[in-house]
Amino acid sequence: MLGRSANGIFWLFRYLERAENTARLVDAGFRMALTRDSRDAREEWRSVVTTLGMQEDFEEACGTEYQGAQVFNFVLRDKGNPASVLAMIEAARTNARMVRTVITREVWEAVNESWMLLKEILGRTVNETRLGDVLDTIRRQSTQVRGAMEGTMLRNDIYNFARLGTFIERADNTARILDVKYYVLLPSLSPVGSSLDNVQWENVLRSVAGERAYRWLNAGQMDPKGIAEFLIHDERFPRSLAFCYGKLRSNLDYLARDYGTTMDAQTIQRECQDRLLATGIEAVIEQGLHEFIGDFLACNNRLAQQIQRDYRFID
Amino acid sequence: MKRTSPSSYDEMLDADGSVRAAYAGYSDWLDEQPPGLLKRKGIEAEAFFRRTGITFNVYGAADAEERLIPFDPVPRIITANQWRKLSRGIEQRVRALNAFLHDLYHRQEIVRSGRLPERLLRDNAAYLAQMAGFTPPGGVYTHIVGIDLVRVGEDDFMVLEDNARTPSGVSYMLENRETMMAMFPELFTRVRVREVSDYPRRLARSLAACAPAAFAGDKPTVAVLTPGIYNSAYFEHAFLADQMGAELVEGSDLKVENGRIAMRTTKGWQPVDVIYRRVDDEFLDPLSFNSSSVLGVAGIMDVYRSGGVTIANAPGTGISDDKAIYSFMPEIVEFYTGEKPILSNVPTWRCSEPDALAYVLDNLSELVVKEVHGSGGYGMLIGPTSSKKEIAAFEAKLRARPDNYIAQPTLSLSTVPIFTKAGLAPRHVDLRPFVLVSPHGIDITPGGLTRVALKKGSLVVNSSQGGGTKDSWVLDD
Repeated sequence: MLGRSANGIFWLFRYLERAENTARLVDAGFRMALTRDSRDAREEWRSVVTTLGMQEDFEEACGTEYQGAQVFNFVLRDKGNPASVLAMIEAARTNARMVRTVITREVWEAVNESWMLLKEILGRTVNETRLGDVLDTIRRQSTQVRGAMEGTMLRNDIYNFARLGTFIERADNTARILDVKYYVLLPSLSPVGSSLDNVQWENVLRSVAGERAYRWLNAGQMDPKGIAEFLIHDERFPRSLAFCYGKLRSNLDYLARDYGTTMDAQTIQRECQDRLLATGIEAVIEQGLHEFIGDFLACNNRLAQQIQRDYRFID
Repeated sequence: MKRTSPSSYDEMLDADGSVRAAYAGYSDWLDEQPPGLLKRKGIEAEAFFRRTGITFNVYGAADAEERLIPFDPVPRIITANQWRKLSRGIEQRVRALNAFLHDLYHRQEIVRSGRLPERLLRDNAAYLAQMAGFTPPGGVYTHIVGIDLVRVGEDDFMVLEDNARTPSGVSYMLENRETMMAMFPELFTRVRVREVSDYPRRLARSLAACAPAAFAGDKPTVAVLTPGIYNSAYFEHAFLADQMGAELVEGSDLKVENGRIAMRTTKGWQPVDVIYRRVDDEFLDPLSFNSSSVLGVAGIMDVYRSGGVTIANAPGTGISDDKAIYSFMPEIVEFYTGEKPILSNVPTWRCSEPDALAYVLDNLSELVVKEVHGSGGYGMLIGPTSSKKEIAAFEAKLRARPDNYIAQPTLSLSTVPIFTKAGLAPRHVDLRPFVLVSPHGIDITPGGLTRVALKKGSLVVNSSQGGGTKDSWVLDD
């Protein structure tokens, strides 16, 4: 396949993944803000914006108040925000048009329909009443594209590049959530056992759609160390770092077998994965979660760039 | 349905308002349908086109929005007999076009014989000196041709234009049929219509049959070269590549390597054998033509001339569909086939000739005047529907550069009913059949693209000027 097409499909799925994760993060922020006084609610919204790396753009556009409706409109649809959900969906659709010949008609239609629908519902200001529906729609559309892909795409290199894009982005997003929320999870900093903590912890899980899974695995008990471990190490949870790295490994292995050559990206992937799995949660906390995540994000980024080089995404 | 313009031939109803044979089956079916069906289906079709992304970009539109070409759900129907005659005429014309191109780029017998003025080649930007003395692989110049036909009577089809460069619209022919079959499946069990859906396979086969000398292997690699997603016909480029199982490449994916054209793949650079280019000659090779072009491949003309790649259509084919050349087509057909032309030309005045110019200037209000190198309905004058002021402005341009124009009578194009709020109503149509040429012969897909002027009385069918399309049926025997 063309290097340009591999690049297109890789980014198509990165943008879709980012749009979906952004919606989850806003959803979690919204729930949290509803149960807080206005000062805490502002803090919650601020952390959403920080996690998304939009702090500078947001403050320039809207000031430092972090008022709820302002935040979610900025994050979801503001024309001045190049990383808004709407901009992501548009970028995804542009990439899908570009790689129209390597995706199935069903995948293309699912992407195109998502764009048509979201362009419409994000075309006007979102208020608090409509927010839930809007976020639901974003998630549902993402699910539809994924379903079309699972059900209709050949399991070949094209599929591998789509998956690589998905899991590079997902690992990045989960790590960022952990990074911003780490103070909530740090045992030494949080007063133990209060109901407030439980809500905050649950909210971290909610932003990665992991609250039910975690409760089910832990009989309803919330424990910050356990949550951090769940998000980093649990290979059963599809948004954990370990899960993403398992998938990155198998997709790179498929590619190596298909192409008959091992690439540098595989070496980097193994390094990152080995470090991830070898560092137990105690050691992570000892080292400092922030530093650990910082190293991980750098490694993840290095891997993404190596994939683009190895497979000639650009000239 | 009422006839609105008694002077033109209606393809569904005769002068007494009775249904013609071609439409008998369709008309019976339509009479049995519940009221409101066509309206409902029309709305469904539009939603379907939007979802599938069958859109085109309009040049110069301020918002650069993607638009739909309006689709009319009433088919345009041609009988098996009419089609037989028509396809013989098309075949003859396309055969002549290829022989003509070969001659123009070799001995120019037609000029030596005095049947074609030499100046038409000398001053013509579409004539590429780089092609002189070179014969493309398989001897094929125009792998894909679209012949624009208009109809003025029962058996009276005329050629309005030959499109020998990169004719577009075939994806609409295919999607219109898919849409009709999805909307009215039972209609197709009652009326037997000839298939068009294997066009992409035939195109792929036809292109593969023209592999270059350097190709070694059993299956040539075919790529569609597109200017990119912002081109007005991008949908079609992607559609055809997809349907043929070919790569869809841009200029930036290609380079010259070891005397071949190579594309950058995830496994490294790999040779391409046949390039179906949807990029104009001018942009094909910055080393040979427009040096600022980023749409083409630097050095591709050298590779082409040394047998490293096939370019379809061949560069320089534009000389044969030039409007000044067009007026010589009856002579051209006769010169190369030794036969009388089966399809006639629309009578054409060449404004470069003083007598013709004088006539045209005297009769501007009744004529259609076109730029010799124009296309897409831009830069033309339709006398009968233009104001005095518009005619005066055009006259000035015509006097300043008469050799830039040709003129034709305003034809009373045939009409076919479209679905309107007030029911079926006749509108003017043309027809563009698509023709494939390979060393094995000429292959015409039954039907083609019918373009329809949606405005009452209008003769302009171009999609860029508010025209729509229809599914075009050729009935099975």
